Amino acid sequence: MSNNKWSDYINPSVKRIPPSGIRKFFDLAAEMEGVISLGVGEPDFVTPWHIREACVYSLNRGRTSYTSNQGLLELREEIAQYLGSQRVHYDPKKEVLVTVGVSEALDIALRTLIIPGDEVIIPTPCYVSYIPCTALAGGIPVTVQTSMEDNFRLTADKLEAVITPKSKVLLLCFPNNPTGAIMDRETLLQIAELVEKHDLLVIADEIYERLTYNGQHTCFASLPGMRDRTIILNGFSKAYAMTGWRLGYAAGHEDFIAAMNKIHQYTMLCAPITAQVAALEALRNGKSAVDKMVAQYNRRRRLVLHGFKEIGLTCFEPGGAFYAFPYVGDTGLTAAEFAENLLLEEKVAVVPGDVFGPGGEGCIRCSYASSVEDLTEAIKRMGRFIKHRGMKKVKTVYS
Amino acid sequence: MLEILELLQSNSRLTAKEIAVLTGQEEDEVKGIIERLEADKTIIKYFTLINWEKAGLEKVSALIEVKMSPQRDVGFDSVAERIYRFPEVKSVHLMSGAYDLAVFLEGATMKEVALFVAQKLATIDNVLSTATHFVLKTYKQDGFIFEDRENDQRLVIQP
Repeated sequence: MSNNKWSDYINPSVKRIPPSGIRKFFDLAAEMEGVISLGVGEPDFVTPWHIREACVYSLNRGRTSYTSNQGLLELREEIAQYLGSQRVHYDPKKEVLVTVGVSEALDIALRTLIIPGDEVIIPTPCYVSYIPCTALAGGIPVTVQTSMEDNFRLTADKLEAVITPKSKVLLLCFPNNPTGAIMDRETLLQIAELVEKHDLLVIADEIYERLTYNGQHTCFASLPGMRDRTIILNGFSKAYAMTGWRLGYAAGHEDFIAAMNKIHQYTMLCAPITAQVAALEALRNGKSAVDKMVAQYNRRRRLVLHGFKEIGLTCFEPGGAFYAFPYVGDTGLTAAEFAENLLLEEKVAVVPGDVFGPGGEGCIRCSYASSVEDLTEAIKRMGRFIKHRGMKKVKTVYS
Repeated sequence: MLEILELLQSNSRLTAKEIAVLTGQEEDEVKGIIERLEADKTIIKYFTLINWEKAGLEKVSALIEVKMSPQRDVGFDSVAERIYRFPEVKSVHLMSGAYDLAVFLEGATMKEVALFVAQKLATIDNVLSTATHFVLKTYKQDGFIFEDRENDQRLVIQP
């Protein structure tokens, strides 16, 4: 044993996962001072005070115990009621599971459904953990590249082209991180038809669902025939500015939830009670705070889109989340080069789009979860950076 | 319209052009709405909220509870007007409960405020009594926290 390298003992599945592209960039940015960051994936608001206050009160009363594995029943009831408002009904006793963030829910949902060799279809660009988590669960990630021409939506044609007999799960995340794309109901209905036809299951990560700006979000499970084929994942991080509380949930057919709960109870046991109490307050009394934050994000969305247009960056109009995904290829730089040089020269941090998988090349993710003043200054600096470099070519396909 | 008012309340220095970008409206449209709101006194004045203590200027503020007897036909309005016309008086509210008017005063010294209450306020006909409470520290005013300790603690880059 002592003759081996320590790395020889590490599970090959883990070794095969490449290091995060974000990590490398983070290390570079972390060493610098005075950086304006558009590289953040979380709200710039702190959790609304009434939610924090409810948590502090519960601590004062000594609520520090475990809860049931599935989570506090009163919280599950509130979650079921909330999902009911989106026209999909779940039994809070059997069909809702409270998890440690959506990250845990995603992990256990994949591990619950995947038999090694199953294919998981993932529209890209996508959140950075989807592909590695699929691989860790023994699945084969099959990416479908969305494009700016399609407003980064998943189309039925593109989906059908990658379906094989091994396809088992479709992993959807709309509104999307990193593009901010949303799906319209009509396209989702076409996707649902294919899901039915090819006997697929759907994991729908709807963490950004409250942050939509043009029209109503369509919950995938609410589409005809989709309720029992879908596991909805959602949480409190984005809408209620509760990222650090690590609280999410899954809802789906009772057999799925019971199976997920097996993994959950032997790994996490239960989500922290303090976070569950806070989440309960968020669902019961948090609507006006969410509405105010969404209104702020919407203004900032307009501000960055206007700013990018002014400085000559092509950007499709994101309909949800708090990200814009402009194309920077016209500068003659790759996304990584653009991001690195922008950081070094102008101290503005953005994330290169290629870290989010195929389809992200040439674009950068800019979070507009920052103050109007910071966004205005960041755009000014980006404009200076682009002017200094000069546009190498004019791309006209994205207008 | 409400969105424009909300934006101006949080930052009265925003230009019509900036508001147009934030709200997705045309600049001329925003200008027109603001002009109308100013004309009909929906927008009364543009203020800057200043922490005078931080600027090195010591001011004394006080809340005066005023009890009074209402007058025929004009109720409390006539007496209230006699009070709010004084430039030292920063705001006046008719209240329900233990007293009738809440009067906020500002002066250079405690003595100045006390003399104003004794000589100007308390001597008005129909004023039955006053109770003066000096402000020791302002934590929050008009929705803004003076010394907000909640800094942005996010990491620079996140997934």
